[in-house]
Amino acid sequence: MPLEDYEIVIGLEVHAELLTESKLFCGCSTKFGAEPNTHVCPVCLGLPGVLPVLNEKAVEYAVRAGLALNCEIASFSKFDRKNYFYPDLPKAYQISQYDLPLCRNGWVEIALPPADENSPARTKRIGIIRVHLEEEAGKSVHSSETIVGSEYSLEDYNRVGIPLIEIVSKPDIRSPQEARLYAESLRTILLYAGVSDCKMEEGSLRVDANISLRPRGATEFGTRTEIKNINSFRSIERALAYEAARQAQVLDEGGQVVQETRAWDELHGVTVAMRSKEEAQDYRYFPEPDLVPVVTSREWVEKIRASLPELPLARQERFQRQYGLPAYDAALLTETRDMADFFEEAARQWHDPKAVANWLMGDFTRLLKEHGLEVSQSRLRPGHLVGMLKLMEKGVISGKIAKTVFEEMFLSGQDAEQIVKDKGLVQIADTGELEGIIQRIIAANPQPAEDFRKGKEKALGFFVGQVMRETKGRANPALVNELLRKLLTAGQ
Amino acid sequence: MPAHQLAEMLRRRQISARELTEAVLARIEAVDGQVQAYITVTADAARRMADEADRRLAAGEGVTPLTGIPVALKDNLCWDGVRTTCASRILHNFVPPYSATVVDWLIQAGAVIVGKTNLDEFAMGSSTENSAFFVTHNPWDLSRVPGGSSGGSAAAVAAGEAVLALGSDTGGSIRQPAAFCGVVGMKPTYGRVSRFGLVAFASSLDQIGPFARDVEDTALLLQAVAGHDPLDSTSVNRPVPDYPAALRQGVKGLRVGVPREYFVQGIDPRVEQAVRGAVARLEKLGATVTEISLPHSEYAIATYYLIAPAEASSNLARYDGVRYGYRAQGAPDVVAMFSRTRAEGFGAEVKRRIMLGTYALSSGYYDAYYLKAQKVRTLFVQDFQQAFQQVDIVVAPTTPTPPFRIGEKADDPLAMYLSDLFTIPANLAALPAMSVLAGFTEEGLPLGVQFIGPHFAEERLLQAAYALEQDLAGEGVMARRPTLPVKAATA
Repeated sequence: MPLEDYEIVIGLEVHAELLTESKLFCGCSTKFGAEPNTHVCPVCLGLPGVLPVLNEKAVEYAVRAGLALNCEIASFSKFDRKNYFYPDLPKAYQISQYDLPLCRNGWVEIALPPADENSPARTKRIGIIRVHLEEEAGKSVHSSETIVGSEYSLEDYNRVGIPLIEIVSKPDIRSPQEARLYAESLRTILLYAGVSDCKMEEGSLRVDANISLRPRGATEFGTRTEIKNINSFRSIERALAYEAARQAQVLDEGGQVVQETRAWDELHGVTVAMRSKEEAQDYRYFPEPDLVPVVTSREWVEKIRASLPELPLARQERFQRQYGLPAYDAALLTETRDMADFFEEAARQWHDPKAVANWLMGDFTRLLKEHGLEVSQSRLRPGHLVGMLKLMEKGVISGKIAKTVFEEMFLSGQDAEQIVKDKGLVQIADTGELEGIIQRIIAANPQPAEDFRKGKEKALGFFVGQVMRETKGRANPALVNELLRKLLTAGQ
Repeated sequence: MPAHQLAEMLRRRQISARELTEAVLARIEAVDGQVQAYITVTADAARRMADEADRRLAAGEGVTPLTGIPVALKDNLCWDGVRTTCASRILHNFVPPYSATVVDWLIQAGAVIVGKTNLDEFAMGSSTENSAFFVTHNPWDLSRVPGGSSGGSAAAVAAGEAVLALGSDTGGSIRQPAAFCGVVGMKPTYGRVSRFGLVAFASSLDQIGPFARDVEDTALLLQAVAGHDPLDSTSVNRPVPDYPAALRQGVKGLRVGVPREYFVQGIDPRVEQAVRGAVARLEKLGATVTEISLPHSEYAIATYYLIAPAEASSNLARYDGVRYGYRAQGAPDVVAMFSRTRAEGFGAEVKRRIMLGTYALSSGYYDAYYLKAQKVRTLFVQDFQQAFQQVDIVVAPTTPTPPFRIGEKADDPLAMYLSDLFTIPANLAALPAMSVLAGFTEEGLPLGVQFIGPHFAEERLLQAAYALEQDLAGEGVMARRPTLPVKAATA
């Protein structure tokens, strides 16, 4: 049967590195990109006899993430050892949490795109089973492209012991697109909460997906596969769409989906079998005897809750309400906390929030992208934008000139007034000056002038263009139109 | 001569730390060929530390009761820059770039570390026969084992090759060799002494503790190593009492409990006699004696041999040949490198326990083995809680038998495991326990008696042990020393 007749069931496991200064169980730095094996010590290298000491900040960040994801915070939680051999895992076990995670029973609301232009926006709640705290493994560097073809491998343990949270969703996701939206929402929320930088390209956010199909209307789950090696938000959707189609084909051909782990191959756009259920590891979890249980007080948790900023979805709704923005604009502007803050600071000083939104979503976003900058790195600040909008309103500069001014402000960090003055961009609104220019142009172009007088409205556009060229765009467009009409007809 | 007397002589400058250290080094030179207590003798470092101690003694600054006293370390305690082998091939060349907290504290106290002592590989064993390097001999009878796993430390103190020593005790590894070698050994309450830098065997059971010639020395060494350490999350932040001050309080009115379950299965009559003799002495000195019951005692071995190997299987997984230690050569891939390294690097007993522990933690068996064992462990805690409502301390044999012959139990792991029958419960219940000399067999083999107390009741144990020791000393028992053929000094 066609894919539409199957219901797709997806659950995501998302790992996010926490933004603590030091590692989860030792004092080593967590900075990305250092020379290999320079951020290591006997503790994170798991040398004989050393013991872990829990970084309290990491617990705080994990709780913060849990609260931002609407979880219950456990008053009593503990760590467990997950045992497996791999060269990048120096103790041959990962300190993780098994049966008593720090956070449970949360949810994330995602905004689904409207079914068509006229339908209202919809939201959907994706349940979160748990959020737990664990340590990162290191990184193997192979001498060739793949481990199989490599003569040797080297290990970089800088990453070992960086605190991670693992966020496990309920199997509430029903399409590859929902999966991407959910992951993007998680990213936005974690960024807002300030607990992770969520850079998929640096590996500080990683997504594994479980997916199964069942005939629509069925209540039992089908056999699932787990997809690993997904390295971008776009790939989440692509990999799951591929896998859904693959499973549908297997089922249609009368086959059975094999429970296995599959890797997403970005280059070829396919998933490839990695290991079957039978080859799955037995991690032999047991309570970590080197650490004491984590006990959190209500008071402490409430203090963390109180320090959380307004979260994206709430802010989005408020932007629509308070500033009258369309849902699309509100969603785009609240994607990062910095952009939303930028908008609000400017919108507070300007009576037309939609104009502010347009500049931010348009030229500002384009320029940031072109220069590879984050909002926080921009030299152009909200005050600059407001200053420019004032000049526009006063008629000092035209909308067209404003684009030039905006780019100049972005590059130099100077304010609009200064730029307009230095570059002589002040709009020509002097009727006498413009009349002289227009009369000269009409005299030089008798044929189009004649056309206009005979009722050919299009000819006016030609004259506007000529005036703008002559004035390097500085002429007030409304005034140009008015004067052209007057002078063209006056000549009759 | 015990440390407390030597400390007095050092303070009075009757001897120098250097002279004392040279005497101990000479003794090692003379007898260690037969005893084989040491894996590494750190003569040069010891001389430097002795000179530093002499400087402190002369200047009168930073002098502690341990300043200038030669101490031996079990070779599973890390000492910065010194080879730490755990008596295993897999760590034969491992030099830690850090020291155990207890080692740091000893050095700060001015102690002189003379070397690293032999043990059963990774502290797994009861005879020191499981060392990958050589067997340590009991100084009282060289054909017998010194006990284990801290056999090297116990033998070194007994043979005068060190004045004090540190060991570790996971299921009796301090107390059993102390009993076999006729010295005092204590396993403190779990959490009283930092485990940082002790190469882990079973993390929830391991505890570092002192070996000494007498109870007063035991108190001195415990004083130096007890206390909270931020590097060990399981170390307890609780004030450390003045242990030596507790010694002379006597046992008048002390309620002593004798568990009936410890005098049944296969206990050697000589051991029983010695323990009952010790109890009688305490009674004579004013203690009241009650028979008590620790009903779950028979499950000690079964419980221990699930929990300890389970933790060990995880703790020892890091020895994979990737970063340090032994690595098998010529493996075609990483999985083969792991398995060959471990097959060649670990001895038979270590492998046996890794397999036991891996099995106990495996999915499908976890509930039946590991989880069940943890529940039984709680029963041990409850047994003792109930006992300590009636009595102040428990007195019991340390070991079921006097020291056995080398090779006697080497091929029978179960018989070997049974020698820890009486020491394991204190580890399972995290209690402090110590072994002191109770007497000798006719052929001159030492016999130990064990005192077990409530959590953090080390003072009470020391107090009772001291009273017993003083009473025995009155009859000359304490003055007996092993006689060892001394190797002629080489020119």
